[in-house]
Amino acid sequence: MTAIAPTAAAKAAGTRRKRRLGTLVMGLAAWVIGIIFVVPILYMILTSLHHPSDAQTYPPSWGAPLTFDNYHDLFATTDGIGAPLLNSLFCSVVSTILVLALAIPAAYALAVRPVRRWSDAMFFFLSTKMLPMVAGILPIYLFTTKVIHMPDNVFVLVVLYTAMNLPIAVWMMRSFLAEVPPAIIEAASIDGAGTLTIMARIIGPIATPGVAATSLICFIFAWNEQLYAKVLTSVTAETGPVFVNTLIQTEHSYLAQLSAGATMISIPVLLAGFAAQDKLVQGLSLGAVK
Amino acid sequence: MSLSVAEDPVVSTTRTGPPVAAYRKWGRESWSRRAPLLPALVFLIVVTQLPFVATLVMSFIKWSAQPDAPGKSFAGFDNFKTVFTTSSYRQAVLTSIEMTVTIVVVSAALALAIALLLDRKFLGRGIVRTLMIAPFLIVPIAAAVFWGNGVLQTGFGLVDGLLGELGIHDAQNISFLTSHPKMAIEIELIWQWTPFMMLILLAGLQSRDPEVMEAASIDGANAWQTFVHMTFPHIRRYLELSVVLGTIFIVQNFDSVLGMTGGLNSTNIPYAVYEVFYSAKDYGVASALGVVVVVGSIIVATFALRVVSSLLTEEESR
Repeated sequence: MTAIAPTAAAKAAGTRRKRRLGTLVMGLAAWVIGIIFVVPILYMILTSLHHPSDAQTYPPSWGAPLTFDNYHDLFATTDGIGAPLLNSLFCSVVSTILVLALAIPAAYALAVRPVRRWSDAMFFFLSTKMLPMVAGILPIYLFTTKVIHMPDNVFVLVVLYTAMNLPIAVWMMRSFLAEVPPAIIEAASIDGAGTLTIMARIIGPIATPGVAATSLICFIFAWNEQLYAKVLTSVTAETGPVFVNTLIQTEHSYLAQLSAGATMISIPVLLAGFAAQDKLVQGLSLGAVK
Repeated sequence: MSLSVAEDPVVSTTRTGPPVAAYRKWGRESWSRRAPLLPALVFLIVVTQLPFVATLVMSFIKWSAQPDAPGKSFAGFDNFKTVFTTSSYRQAVLTSIEMTVTIVVVSAALALAIALLLDRKFLGRGIVRTLMIAPFLIVPIAAAVFWGNGVLQTGFGLVDGLLGELGIHDAQNISFLTSHPKMAIEIELIWQWTPFMMLILLAGLQSRDPEVMEAASIDGANAWQTFVHMTFPHIRRYLELSVVLGTIFIVQNFDSVLGMTGGLNSTNIPYAVYEVFYSAKDYGVASALGVVVVVGSIIVATFALRVVSSLLTEEESR
């Protein structure tokens, strides 16, 4: 008996040590992978802070002096990144507001007081998302330039981004509104609460986190969009992503400037995404993951 | 050109069941129920479906916008004949399939492995999670132009530079973008989309019942058994969801082709349509190509919708 006890203890200690080692190795592996994934971004930021002549050398000039000149130059000229960024902001914010205005009532009709065959409507919304955007772009281009004569116009982009994000928003908002227990609505209704009261007092508070998640996703997708913007805008309505693509000028040292532009347009998305990581997950899974 | 879903899997009694009296009091006309849905439906039909109808019509018209081109005329099936007989379009279809499958499969496998790592407790887990998300938060065209010009560029790119520092001979002449353009795009998109799938899978892993997992461990299940019999069945729906959603976005990829290779030996369908319309200005052929793409998408999407529909069913049956 005296012989068994220490052996068991030693065994347990051994397992514990083994497990701790396993945790250490796994943690280390996670750190290495995380760093590998973030290296291109760090290098982009580093390059954006280098002088143009230091940015494209072989081997890379890791320790070259840092400067904010590239960012300064991006904003300094009148045809710089300032106006495109404002256009992007306008398109993203306004289209997100429109999406919410259309999606919330629709989600209400699909979740809280579901219409008959509501799942068909859901699949219709999702199916529009599966059809390639590029297949409808030519008629849209001809319509906006030749029929309504609105080429290079931010409002056209607002309409298109609204349509682009609406299916996602409907799916997300429906899944959030489906969380509202019918019994509560029923009880409130029996107690004499009208539709508006029910919306403001019961559905509103439950749906608010969903609205935040939906807004975040719609903002990001509208901000990121480049195909429509490239085809439908030229000067006045040019958005950030289109502008960044024009920074590729292979006849001189362009990489530092390009990195600064790429970093600049990514900063709003990075900040918003980091600040709301949980909302990001909810949104990306169309509300399926809470 | 919507997709109809044959079966109606989600009519369940739990939702339609609740006491009719309250609803009746609350409004009985069905039009008032449908009204909130209509603005969104009408808007979406007008903005996304009408252009497809127009595309369909234009696909039967011989219509080039080149300055010296003859006027518009009825083309019959000529545009479609062009689409199916031109080898570069067939190549674009193959490229699209090849790249999408590669990216989705590799991203899903990587994402699952990383999600399993991040599901364990370790020092700085929150920081690593934040680092992992970052690639997905870089604007796609910004990521594409930087990968194309700063990371994989021949000579002054990061990868050539690092290989050179490691003592690889002649590293500055390694040209990924011209010798392996598809692989270059695949690597960039795997880098961007793995975090997306990882986030969904991690949420799935964290929704497992800790008590059940503990019970498995007490009963002596080893890590592999736990994964095969408990973890994997649980996160299968999350895996399906991330694959379907990832595919929807990745198959439409345009920015990476434009920003990295400009279509060199890596033209996918979206880029091909863009080129015919934007550069070649052959509106008829561009439309026919668009129609073919839409028909193909409907076939693929029907399968994808099955998966999503099973998710809805599951939600309803809870």
